[in-house]
Amino acid sequence: MNILETDGERLLLAIRGLLAQKGIVSPAEIAERIAITDNASPGQGARMVAKAWTDPEYKASMLADGAKAAEALNIPMRGMPPLGVLENTPEVHNLVVCTLCSCYPRAVLGYPPFWYKSAAYRSKAVRDPRGLLAEWKTTIAPDVKIRVVDSTADYRWMVLPMRPAGTEGWTPEQLAAIVREGDMVGVTVPAAG
Amino acid sequence: MTLDAGATVRVKDDWPEARGPVHIRTPHYIRGRTGTIVRHLGDFPNPEDLAFARPAAASPLYHVAFPMTGVWNGQGAPDELLIELYGHWLDPV
Repeated sequence: MNILETDGERLLLAIRGLLAQKGIVSPAEIAERIAITDNASPGQGARMVAKAWTDPEYKASMLADGAKAAEALNIPMRGMPPLGVLENTPEVHNLVVCTLCSCYPRAVLGYPPFWYKSAAYRSKAVRDPRGLLAEWKTTIAPDVKIRVVDSTADYRWMVLPMRPAGTEGWTPEQLAAIVREGDMVGVTVPAAG
Repeated sequence: MTLDAGATVRVKDDWPEARGPVHIRTPHYIRGRTGTIVRHLGDFPNPEDLAFARPAAASPLYHVAFPMTGVWNGQGAPDELLIELYGHWLDPV
């Protein structure tokens, strides 16, 4: 039998059967993991951002330990890498990239978008971040420092963007609705409406 | 030994990929460059051994900041790079 030419469905069934038979992973654990993966989306990270914008205590805990802050909003983090949160300020704008592969905070942002994995994004982010941001129509003032965070190892990183003007008095639900995937990677910044 | 925040370090100008099969988490463009320790992120099993299913000792992982100007021939001010690097790749300056 050539494993490379075997029908994928049958191979998967066989492996799942063996994992269960040997007591390594139960079918229930596999089902749970599939559910977690399906639920992971930028909407989860957006809920964290909106909460941080409206609750200073939560924001402090999120900057100290992103995984703990995610779990506080019922986002499952078991078995996930540590999560770091990078705060954008009037002085510093963060941009996340993984030049070596495609490390991405999947638990809170879901599956990485295609452009994040492209060689073009990965090389230009570290070499010419302002040129890259211009392609996204994002302008960062010349005196604001861009901090390019190369996600090379055990952590995963998400950006906490600045709350945009014009959102005073908004509910966390309204705020979460304007936070996009790119805002939490740093290629874009959120705007009201 | 744990390096303190604020310490100046130089990334080893080493190219293990020239000597055989490896799994390296230190990007090419940062080797030989000088940066500043921002924070000790914790200790993690060395991925260079993990990737080959060898016993992997814990290595300290740091967030290290590098001014763009020190990486790209003087260009890129005032921006910086912030990179996760393992202690065994860093020499105190």
